[in-house]
Amino acid sequence: MAEDSVASQVAAKWRKKRGSLIMALHEIQGVKGYVPWEDAKDIAEGMGIPLARIYEVLTFYNFFKLDAPGKAVISVCTGTACYLKGNDKVLEEFKKELGIKEGESTADKMFHLQCVRCVGCCGLAPVCVVNGKTYGRVTPTDVRGILEEWKNKLSEEE
Amino acid sequence: MVNLKIDNFEVDVPAGTSILEAARKVQIDIPTLCKHPDVDPTAGCGMCIVKVNGRIMRSCCTPVAEGMEVITGDAEIMDVRRTVLELILSNHPNECLTCIRSGHCELQDMANSFGIQHSNLPSLNKKYDKDDSTKAIVLDASKCIVCGRCVEVCQNQQNVWALSYLNRGLATRITAAGGIPLADSPCIKCGQCSAHCPTGAIVEYDETQKVWDMLRDPDIITVVQIAPAVRVAIGEEFGYDFGENLTGKTYAALRRLGFNKVFDTNFGADLTIIEEATEFVNRFTKNPESLPMFTSCCPAWVDMLEKYHHDMIPHFSTCKSPQSMVGALAKTYYAEKMGLNPAKIRVISVMPCTAKKWEIVRSKDMSSSGYQDVDVSLTTRELCRMIKQAGIDFRRLPDEEADSPLGEYTGAGTIFGTTGGVMTAALRTAYYYITGKELKEITFKALEGLEGVKEAEVDINGTKVRVAVAHGAGNVETVIDRIRAAKENGGEIPYHFIEVMACRGGCVSGGGQPRVMMSGQSKPRGITDDIRKKRAEGLLKEDLEAKERFSHHNESIKRLYQEYLGEAGGHRSHELLHTHYAARDKYSK
Repeated sequence: MAEDSVASQVAAKWRKKRGSLIMALHEIQGVKGYVPWEDAKDIAEGMGIPLARIYEVLTFYNFFKLDAPGKAVISVCTGTACYLKGNDKVLEEFKKELGIKEGESTADKMFHLQCVRCVGCCGLAPVCVVNGKTYGRVTPTDVRGILEEWKNKLSEEE
Repeated sequence: MVNLKIDNFEVDVPAGTSILEAARKVQIDIPTLCKHPDVDPTAGCGMCIVKVNGRIMRSCCTPVAEGMEVITGDAEIMDVRRTVLELILSNHPNECLTCIRSGHCELQDMANSFGIQHSNLPSLNKKYDKDDSTKAIVLDASKCIVCGRCVEVCQNQQNVWALSYLNRGLATRITAAGGIPLADSPCIKCGQCSAHCPTGAIVEYDETQKVWDMLRDPDIITVVQIAPAVRVAIGEEFGYDFGENLTGKTYAALRRLGFNKVFDTNFGADLTIIEEATEFVNRFTKNPESLPMFTSCCPAWVDMLEKYHHDMIPHFSTCKSPQSMVGALAKTYYAEKMGLNPAKIRVISVMPCTAKKWEIVRSKDMSSSGYQDVDVSLTTRELCRMIKQAGIDFRRLPDEEADSPLGEYTGAGTIFGTTGGVMTAALRTAYYYITGKELKEITFKALEGLEGVKEAEVDINGTKVRVAVAHGAGNVETVIDRIRAAKENGGEIPYHFIEVMACRGGCVSGGGQPRVMMSGQSKPRGITDDIRKKRAEGLLKEDLEAKERFSHHNESIKRLYQEYLGEAGGHRSHELLHTHYAARDKYSK
């Protein structure tokens, strides 16, 4: 384990405090966006907690991500209003177009698809949010356009 | 003591006893699928509910209280239990006919005793890929009812931490960390998970077909050996009482299965003692700083040492296990003596152990004969299946003898199968090597029994030799921590000689032993301390009654050294009977 790695620093910080595993994992995810296998191993070694226990915690809480999320995070609202307005069909369309399930990222790490409960603008239902940009009154036919827009944006950034 | 009423029967039990345990005192067996006597309750299955003063509670994790009134089975309780069971079955493949656990399964037994004949619930059962990566144990998550016994055993009893829960709710399954294959995890293949699993979710890696193929090949010479602990457990599959020694009938069964030569791992155990006692005496007299010395016949312990305690490698006996010694000699000494081509010999061993399957391929040292020394390592359970498949009437078999020259053994070889046995056998011979005299008191009561760490002192030529015996992988750390502390403080090393067996009770309760079924009693409950003791008594009794009780009195072994090996600990011994160890990572990726 590299002495100066993020995980070893985090482990050193929390090592002495009992019951602080979740805090340590939070910090890793805060820096990296997810908890990589190598970091989990470093935490195990640095904090003296079996890796098996760390993965029990990581996979128990929905909050923790084990894989690097895609660059564009698509949040499809499945709150009551959006759902009634047909966002389930929009979600299906995203799944079909991207070939992934909710909670997963595409193999090229471009897109991550997730469901959220209400983003606070039910008047625009059904709503999707991509990296902070809100799309209102979305229909399944809009999906392809949204994805094209972000593909272009992401390739420009690179 | 606490007084309570269970189904109107007065019971008094010590404080802290659970209702489930208290009920057994009045012959009421409250059904449970998750509570096992070896582990703390996980309160996982929900079958053990009872009414306490009118309220429904789980009896496995509810301690008794003064004046409590418990009802263990009224109409409402039975209705809830039946629903719980149906819910469990709705998440189970219910493919009993093609399940290796059929007939020995606690879930099957439970469904049967509740008379469940159909279920109105839709199946939620998910298919998962089987994890057979260890080639020792197989984990089939689709058959798992998430009772948590295996996790309790792996984490808290064995302190191995290979198995864990993954995900939550309905998606929960048992895997190695993060869902990786078990072979890449710290798993030591002890198989205690499979010994405690109530269903077919964790079982031995079945290799019976491989053995049938060898037996049916006319060009192949099959040589079989049985481990000490097999003989006192095999009978449980054929209606004998726990601990009954069935060595002679087992030999007879093996011949009827078609094995060409029937040898005994007990011979290998005697040989291990000759080599190990020689090694100990050398360390003790010439190189005392290399003490303490750990025994090395338990493969799960070898695996654990290489992964968890590599700082102790210099203290590890380099002796191979009895299984591996017999394998190496069958394809060298025996082949030469009989004029056989070792390429045509196949060595099959029958072991109480799943880790033995790993041992035979653990390093190139396991092919010291120029071929793989042991070709297949079966568990006792697999042998029982073969005997039943062949239609052999085990109970009516005559008692037969093992073949020469790798079949003769002494009482010291037999007790290898129980905790304390290896140490006892080694002390008998080491004492003789150092003093030239035989030990007078040749059993060590302090080393018998189920205490996790046992200690004794033996006076050898004025030196008090301190020995320790640890069994159950979780108890090893206590011993090792004492050694590490003494080393750090420059204090006296607390022990000279340490025996380790990874399973509680030793090999008699290994991960490959029969799933306990008491004849006339329908509840397959899994291994308990009572059964461990009875199996151990079977071995100790054979030692007590044996004509020869010292490994160095074994005539076949004397001949082996004269004809072939030369001196104990010599060049040829080191080529064939010793091995090397290397530090390994707990996780291979």
